[in-house]
Amino acid sequence: MATLPQPPMPVVWRSETKPHKFCPGCGHPLVLKALGESIEELGIQDKTVFGCDIGCSLLAWDFFNLDTVQAHHGRVTPVIVGLHRANPRLVGIAYMGDGGGYAIGSQHLVNAATRNEKIMVLLVNNTLYAMTGGQMAPTTLPKQKTETSPYGREPETTGKPTLGPEMIRAIAPDSAYVARGTVSRLPQLKRFIKKGLENVVSGKGFAFIEALSLCPTNWRTNAEETWKFLEQDMHGYFPVGELAPEKGEE
Amino acid sequence: MADKPIVGEKRAFMTGNEAVTWAALAAGAHIMYGYPITPQNEIMHYWTRMAPKYDRGFLQTEDELSAGFTCIGGVLAGKRAFTGTAGPGTILMQEPLSMAEMMRIPMVTVICQRGGPSTATVIYSQQETRLTCFGGNGEGYRLVYSTAGQQDLFDYTIKAFNVAWKYRFPTFILSDGYQSKMREPLTIYDPEERGIKMVETEPLLGGTGIPGVDRDPRHLRNTYNMEDELYQVVMDMDQEYKRIAPEVVEYKAMETEDAELVLVAHGIVSRATEGAVRVLREQGYRVGHFRPITLRPFPGEALKEAVAKARRVLVVESSMGQLAGMVKEELYDLSVPVTGYFRPGEGITAEEVVEQVRGR
Amino acid sequence: MGQNFKLAMAGEGGQGVQSVAMILTEGAYDSGREAIYIPNFGVEQRGGVSIAFVQIGSKPIEAPKFKTADMVVALSDRAVLRTGMYVGPETVFIYDESTKATEEDLPRQAKKIIPIPAIAIAKEEFNPRVFNIIIMGAIIGLSQVLTEEQAREAIENKLGYKFEQKPELREMNFNALSRGINLVQGLL
Repeated sequence: MATLPQPPMPVVWRSETKPHKFCPGCGHPLVLKALGESIEELGIQDKTVFGCDIGCSLLAWDFFNLDTVQAHHGRVTPVIVGLHRANPRLVGIAYMGDGGGYAIGSQHLVNAATRNEKIMVLLVNNTLYAMTGGQMAPTTLPKQKTETSPYGREPETTGKPTLGPEMIRAIAPDSAYVARGTVSRLPQLKRFIKKGLENVVSGKGFAFIEALSLCPTNWRTNAEETWKFLEQDMHGYFPVGELAPEKGEE
Repeated sequence: MADKPIVGEKRAFMTGNEAVTWAALAAGAHIMYGYPITPQNEIMHYWTRMAPKYDRGFLQTEDELSAGFTCIGGVLAGKRAFTGTAGPGTILMQEPLSMAEMMRIPMVTVICQRGGPSTATVIYSQQETRLTCFGGNGEGYRLVYSTAGQQDLFDYTIKAFNVAWKYRFPTFILSDGYQSKMREPLTIYDPEERGIKMVETEPLLGGTGIPGVDRDPRHLRNTYNMEDELYQVVMDMDQEYKRIAPEVVEYKAMETEDAELVLVAHGIVSRATEGAVRVLREQGYRVGHFRPITLRPFPGEALKEAVAKARRVLVVESSMGQLAGMVKEELYDLSVPVTGYFRPGEGITAEEVVEQVRGR
Repeated sequence: MGQNFKLAMAGEGGQGVQSVAMILTEGAYDSGREAIYIPNFGVEQRGGVSIAFVQIGSKPIEAPKFKTADMVVALSDRAVLRTGMYVGPETVFIYDESTKATEEDLPRQAKKIIPIPAIAIAKEEFNPRVFNIIIMGAIIGLSQVLTEEQAREAIENKLGYKFEQKPELREMNFNALSRGINLVQGLL
């Protein structure tokens, strides 16, 4: 079989566990690639501990040449907080989905942010619970159909989509780094991740990055529709960019 | 390097929560994670006052879920980490404890039982016995010491850190609100001077070397894809648990050789039942006493021996038969009837146990 | 004393019930006896009746609480009502005369009921704040659970740091203790 030339994988990727376990067209591998390259470029592979949550993020449990722990739904944040508190030399990354971060684990996210824990939370937003079969999430867009909003999400009765980075920016100290990236602009996402990592490595403060991502399996979209949903619908609701602290604080 | 918290031996008159704190300090516990709940609070109060003097850490979390999961994080970093809780907190704590069970995380948890179900009282009970032993969606691969006062609390808290790290099962001190709040005498000591060597800890994540270059990465998970994969994991754990059980079980049997009636009690209630046995023996009753100190693993063989000649077993406890259930399970193939004197959420005195026995 | 002495003491927050329990049990412990003390505690951080359960004796103490006390001390109206449940036919019941307890309120099953004017004496002869030390004197006067000398030592251990700054407090406390002991002379 002829092989096409492949782009190089980051050294931090573990070749023994590739191909990875994600669905075709999933956004996770893109986010993980940006994360892997950032870790490599910062030279922190020896002291980084990667934690993943429940949901599709757990499929990353053996993804990296990094010491890794997979926790319960929403609980990777406190596991990484506890680890870093016990050994501040380590760089702790809590990797989760939007259900884990904004629903079941929201109290952990909120309190880690207000305490300015020196860890990075990397949250992948695909607007639904993917691993459990596509239920409505806090981030599901208005009118979006999911298994538990089969007629489309009604904000009247189920609320409006959670704006995570905006919430974290409002409650975290100014020294926290907060951004929203997207897998459709990978170099920018990588830049955000790298800045987030630098923020925690330097001991400056908390880092929170939301990555807008893709789930063609549960969106039931073809390639074209997938990118359209991300770049039009999601980008339209979730503004991409860094969130600077409001002026006049500190 | 800070001085040792305790040098030599000292007699002291203190509360149980204070005794736990001194023991954790003396055992070299590195960090505590906790969330306020009565009657556990003073462990945090004493710890936060003393910990900075001895370079130890503390984190007050947003809830008991977080206290348990951060504690797991502390253990993953290779530290002697512990937490404490009670009542509804013990319920929430089952989630992290279930993960600790699956991943063989040697975290130490102090349970200060209060009344239940629900918020109930903040005072006392033995109603968290089953939850502490078997809480979680698993098989109860936990090591549980039920203490009966301040000396026990000090001794077994030190021991808990050692057995946890030696055998790598989550380990519990099952105390109660009475023990937490009462003051009584005990001897506190530096474990090393008693010849107790603390088991070394090691980082489970974030050790030396570049993962994938100098060594394999550590990939710790609690999720499995296949039934047979999980079956093997649980069976291996079961085998290991059974292998170590004879080394871990502890109990105290008293006057059981010729006993026609054997009283069984754990924790602080065993003091009342032992007292009752002394009184009843003086009055000519052939009564014996059995106290399981470890509830997980349960000293089943020793219990069977203790009731060998008994015509009746009377389980006495401040819950509606949680211990009695374990006793019955152990004695199911014996014909001796197991009866109970149950006072859920209420203290039990020696006098009322004597009355119970004589009234029969 | 062969049997362990059981004391339930109750009053309003600020009356010093828990301090007396602490001084008594630490004093007993220092003099080589077995002792245990547990406060009642509930969800009311403030505002409830404050009760101290004390046991002192020569034998190891079994349960931290008990059903029936050898002595019950009630220092307020609410405390009189709240502590009736700990009174049996062998119990000595002490209450402060200033309470408005009626015949109905008092535990008739008690072996003996002793009203004492501790609050009034503290106010007139000493300082309202040593009221609990007068009570402590009455307790040891009736129970002999500590000698006066042991009680003084226990007070010194607990309050010595205050006496350093104000030596006249020492004398006042010790006099209050003696006054309490004398108050109950010959009453049993």
